Amino acid sequence: MKKCLLMLLLSLLPVFSYAGEAKDMAADPVLEKRMIGLAENLRCLVCQNESLASSHADLAEDLRREVREQMQKGLSDQEIIDYLVSRYGDFVLYDPPVKKATLVLWYGPFALLLAGAGMLIYQLRKRKSQVPEAELSDAEAQRAASLLDETPDSSDQSKDKQA
Amino acid sequence: MNKFLWPLIGFVVLVALLAIGLNLNPREVPSPLVGKAAPAFTLPQLHEPSRQFSPQDMKGKVWLFNVWASWCTACENEHPVFLELSRRNLVPIYGMDYKDKREDGEAWLRKHGNPYTLVVSDAEGRVGIDYGVYGVPETYVIDKQGVIQHKHIGAVTPKILDETILPLVKELQAK
Repeated sequence: MKKCLLMLLLSLLPVFSYAGEAKDMAADPVLEKRMIGLAENLRCLVCQNESLASSHADLAEDLRREVREQMQKGLSDQEIIDYLVSRYGDFVLYDPPVKKATLVLWYGPFALLLAGAGMLIYQLRKRKSQVPEAELSDAEAQRAASLLDETPDSSDQSKDKQA
Repeated sequence: MNKFLWPLIGFVVLVALLAIGLNLNPREVPSPLVGKAAPAFTLPQLHEPSRQFSPQDMKGKVWLFNVWASWCTACENEHPVFLELSRRNLVPIYGMDYKDKREDGEAWLRKHGNPYTLVVSDAEGRVGIDYGVYGVPETYVIDKQGVIQHKHIGAVTPKILDETILPLVKELQAK
């Protein structure tokens, strides 16, 4: 019986050693953190709206492995990004580079904002010139002046007294 | 009248832009590899793992490189197209069994027929990454100098074959 148990335990050994190997990939927490940091800014091509860091797609796992291995080889983040872009295009980047093709993407909103502000200023100026200056007669001017002279405080007091 | 004209024009333009956007296929990511040399690799052949294949062996020939897998359902849809093409003998088709078990790949070819001159096995998907593969099937047209001239993502239909791929192949073969 004991022998049987020993055999059973021995047969489990390769499983443990395998688990050890698999762990080894993520054993370096600094590297893993760096990998995740980089992968968060990269798009998973299968699910498109998920980052490479959060995706469970098979390809994302492969790409994470690739990134990890390249980091272990000592490549810089930029070199790894260049490597992925050369294969999958700018599409993998969540932060597309400023290029001729992406000018509208980057500066279009500002152009629209400027155009909108320009339109607004134009319309306001047009409206201002359309409002005629009111001409007051002498009596109207006097009445306006007397109304303006009345300070809000005194009028309030008089109201209070009446109440 | 004039008051409503510009908002109306703006609205129509917006609708047109959205309509174009909706009709684009977001799965079609333009490959930066078109116009570049096909990435080099050496992989074991599917049927004879002891023998290897490398794209350099194909210098001087125009060929199709089709990435497929036994687990890929869209591959089943496009498979008859390649079977028919292989009968017409116009261009050699080389296959790559992507992230697949050897037995599964072989069984799949036995079941559905084998249009490939040769199939390599990329069990780990590393060569797939080099070729920017992100969804099988994908098909590359590679010219005599070993440069990728076209990449088709997704299943090849008879229409795509006759209107895009074969005219390009003929043009490249004549060069």
